[in-house]
Amino acid sequence: MEQIYSIRPLIAVLISLVVVPIIIASGNRPNWREAWTFLAGIIKFGIVASMVSGVLKGHIYYCRLVKIAPGLSIGFRVDGLGLTFALVASFLWIVTSLYSIGYMRGLDEHSQTRFFSFFAVALSSTIGVAFASNLLTMYLFYELLSLSTYPLVTHHQDEEAKISGRKYLTYILSTSIGLVLPAMIVCYHIAGTLDFTHGGFLAGKASPLLLSILLLMFVFGFAKAAIMPLHSWLPAAMVAPTPVSALLHAVAVVKVGVFSIIRIFTGVYGVSLIKALHMGTVIAYICAITIVVGSLIAMSQDELKRRLAFSTISQLSYIVLGISLLTPRGMIGGIIHIVMHAFGKITLFFGAGAIFVATGKKYISELDGLGKKMPLTFLAFFIGALSVIGLPPTGGFYSKWYLVLGCVDAHQIGLLIVLLLSSFLNAVYFLPIVFRAFFGSPSDHEEIGVREAPKCCVIPMIVTSVISILLFFYQGVFYRLISIGLKF
Amino acid sequence: MQHIFQEIMGKYNYWLYIVLMMIGLYGMIAKNNLIKKLVGMNIFQTAIILFYISIGYKKGGTLPIIEIPHGHHSISPAAIDIDKYINPLPHVLMLTAIVVSVATFGVAVAVALKIYKEYNTLEEDEIRMRLRER
Amino acid sequence: MMTTDNVFAVLLVVTPLVCAFFVMGLHWVDRRWCYPLAVIANGISFISAVEILISVVKHGTIHYRLGGWRPPIGIEYRIDLLNAVVLVIVSTVALVNLFASYNDISRELPEKKGTFYSLYLLFLTGLLGVVVTGDLFNLYVLLEITSLSAYSQIALGDVRRGPFASLNYIFIGVIGASFYLLGVGYIYIMTGSLNMADVAHLLTRLHYSQAIFVAFIFCMVGVWIKMALFPLHIWLPNAYTYAPTASGRVIAPLMTKVMVYVMIRLMFTVFGITYLFKVVHISQFVVWLASVAIIYGGLMALSQNNLKKMLTYIIVSEIGYMVGGAWLGNKLGLTGAILHIINDAFMTFALFLAAGNFAYRLGELTLDNFNDIFSKMPWTMAGFVVAGLSIIGVPPTCGFFSKWYLLLGAFAARQYFFFVALILSSLVNAILFFRIFEKGLFGGGGHHVSVRGEIQEAPVNMIICLGLISVGLVVLGLYAGDIVNTFIIPFIPQGLG
Repeated sequence: MEQIYSIRPLIAVLISLVVVPIIIASGNRPNWREAWTFLAGIIKFGIVASMVSGVLKGHIYYCRLVKIAPGLSIGFRVDGLGLTFALVASFLWIVTSLYSIGYMRGLDEHSQTRFFSFFAVALSSTIGVAFASNLLTMYLFYELLSLSTYPLVTHHQDEEAKISGRKYLTYILSTSIGLVLPAMIVCYHIAGTLDFTHGGFLAGKASPLLLSILLLMFVFGFAKAAIMPLHSWLPAAMVAPTPVSALLHAVAVVKVGVFSIIRIFTGVYGVSLIKALHMGTVIAYICAITIVVGSLIAMSQDELKRRLAFSTISQLSYIVLGISLLTPRGMIGGIIHIVMHAFGKITLFFGAGAIFVATGKKYISELDGLGKKMPLTFLAFFIGALSVIGLPPTGGFYSKWYLVLGCVDAHQIGLLIVLLLSSFLNAVYFLPIVFRAFFGSPSDHEEIGVREAPKCCVIPMIVTSVISILLFFYQGVFYRLISIGLKF
Repeated sequence: MQHIFQEIMGKYNYWLYIVLMMIGLYGMIAKNNLIKKLVGMNIFQTAIILFYISIGYKKGGTLPIIEIPHGHHSISPAAIDIDKYINPLPHVLMLTAIVVSVATFGVAVAVALKIYKEYNTLEEDEIRMRLRER
Repeated sequence: MMTTDNVFAVLLVVTPLVCAFFVMGLHWVDRRWCYPLAVIANGISFISAVEILISVVKHGTIHYRLGGWRPPIGIEYRIDLLNAVVLVIVSTVALVNLFASYNDISRELPEKKGTFYSLYLLFLTGLLGVVVTGDLFNLYVLLEITSLSAYSQIALGDVRRGPFASLNYIFIGVIGASFYLLGVGYIYIMTGSLNMADVAHLLTRLHYSQAIFVAFIFCMVGVWIKMALFPLHIWLPNAYTYAPTASGRVIAPLMTKVMVYVMIRLMFTVFGITYLFKVVHISQFVVWLASVAIIYGGLMALSQNNLKKMLTYIIVSEIGYMVGGAWLGNKLGLTGAILHIINDAFMTFALFLAAGNFAYRLGELTLDNFNDIFSKMPWTMAGFVVAGLSIIGVPPTCGFFSKWYLLLGAFAARQYFFFVALILSSLVNAILFFRIFEKGLFGGGGHHVSVRGEIQEAPVNMIICLGLISVGLVVLGLYAGDIVNTFIIPFIPQGLG
């Protein structure tokens, strides 16, 4: 295992920040402006991908920027876990940028320059969290993400956006300032460091009670993971344009939340400490509640994006449940679900957005019979749904399989039942949408000349749905990265 | 009883300055007219000045002016009996403090004049009432 | 101990003093030269301050004797790391403010240019003098010079409310300064000296003297009045809100911070940590008071409708941070307090710069005027956003790092009330600023035409000043570690927890 000093992590994070002034400057020439976004995205993905072979061999790339005090610095450290997350986020940014072009131009949205600029900053922050080497850096980029996504959520600048934006910030900022920051300070006080260490650095440093409270503060403080009861911001954020909902609230923002919790589990506490505190079971059951309740609420939503939002809330808790099982297969299952869910959910959101661009419809009850007019969209939607439900031949099956095995390993049959029940509920609220779209009869208004969505919207959807299927067969890279990251 | 009496008479300078300070503070806080407040402020500062000056006093001491006729060589410090002269330092310091006090008073009166031009009154409660109105 | 003939030490204070008179003279001769001369004088002070800082870092404390007289007879300027840094802050803020002030003064006080710049230079003289001196009485004199020029500048402000606010400030300020003077008098009676280092040495034997205790209390209360520590803060909101824009911009960031410096100097250099924490048992009370100040400032800021008034209550809150940090009694707390002096001076300055830009274009600063301001004044808002994030305490801006040290220190000292107050303050600040950001982002409907015509971005020089300071906030944050290690840790006395 070798520590390689490299500025690649730094470039990966900064490339999209650097591009922002150029994006702003080329605001009047949309094609140039979007070209810069693509360029930044491709470079970012390229750099991230270039580190895969090194990490697979067991190396760690690190880059320390600023040292503030002993054990307190700002810097980057690329290991298997961060690389997994960064690969997904950076790849999907490229895909989403293409989708955004189709969506924003299709709807002739205002302030597109602002949109693309803040999107770039948000991605910068996401990679920053993925590559953070310690709690402080992670907190820094976590906050930057909250702030940079606010203008994106409130993009429409109407009354609804204002209220939702307020809810968004209230939940996310108050938890990070009110829970995470104090917890971080106490950690530094008792341990003298914040650097992520394999096996954690908090063992034996304080009483079990204090450590347990701190852990709960962290889990709820990272409200981006949408664990109930701190989940309301996510449905509220659906007022944003769909590319925002797709990439950020299915992939970037929410996965930052769960990723932060993963880091707390593996890099700050360590599996054995959590086992000793018996907190694994506690958190697993909190997640179980979120999973079931989220699915139940999803069934009652008629607005498509809201149903997807509650589905996301439910799926995020799969990830946290996975790592709370504290067994190798459970943890791998949970973390690889980041990948599977990302591709599946983004396909679903792309579909929702495509439907909106093509027909202006937002509600599920209006979608009957639309499948015949928009076959590609609904086919992709179907594949995405399969992945989220967890059926073969999609990637989602793989992660769910490992989660189930993890429950068995941990002797948690109750949680196993919760997982299976949730899959069933997923099927109940996803499959009817597809069936009614293909086999239902349209409610007889307009339907004038509804065609398939613009190419720029359809192509990304097809790409992500195909990858969802491919992931069923070719997930080895991620499996190995995660295993190395967890040092199993 | 004797002890208290001795406390008061022996340290009457401190008691004097405390009384003056309280009068000044009372004027600044309780009086309604701005000029009266200013006068209170001046009394307050004067009390402190008096206090300082009083601490330089020595029993039987005289003014700290050493008389040397012109042309004679200077007297060595050892030849001067310090006990005979009162401490000049507090006086020097208080010259500065008096200047500060006068300057502050001047600025305050100028500001009060400005207030008068605007409100045509120097009563604080009237001014506050007018501020609340508009 | 090094005695130097460092000319910069005296050039620093004398230049603005002398130039103040020349500026006044020029006011009658040719008004156009007032501003350039003020800038030159301030520039010389700035260069001197930087030279002094470099010298202190390389060679250690500077002792400059005025007139060559040895202390305790003579007045000595004693510059160690702490005041060297504060000197640079004061001269920098004053200089940048001058660059931003040209437009405001031309508009608000066109026929009083000479008066204003002259007072400005006197204010600068006073502040620099307070920071640089090593003599207790000299400090009082320079403090009063500062205060008098501040009183006068404030009275030049808003015609209706300025003079009255100034007069109230005069009354309370005089009480504060007089208390300090009284305290110095007691110290003089007991020790016979007025030189800070000398007194420190003599006080080690007088720890249990009642007179010294009274002196300590008088000095502290006097300084607290001057720095507007709750509940002695009543003069601040009105005085800073109704001052002329250019004055408020320089007085608000500097005056209270310099007084915090004075408090730290009195606490740690003159009286010493043994006296503070082992003999006199008021630290718990002071930390409690500081916590209340923080919460009070936050709550009052929430209820304000005027941007400037809101900012002044934020200042009241920030003073609580620094006073609490210093009185925590451990290294971390003091580090946080000193770092916060540096950070808060610049954060407050950035906020007031932005407020000045808004005032220039919007006229009234009531919060309702900020509808859709992001599209009309994007650069100013960008600077304002960075400053706001720094106050909230979002990394990597500097505000986060001083808050970090303060929180760590509070937890280490088991002062949980102070800890909670700090966290709550961050949340309240988030609400305060996001309220404005939200207004600025939304509310596009209904064009608000301000008193000053169609709203557009502020003049270039004002934007550059704001941009410079805002970028500086991030730079200060990234270099927080270096700042702490180079300037602060060496200053902290041994034996602190």
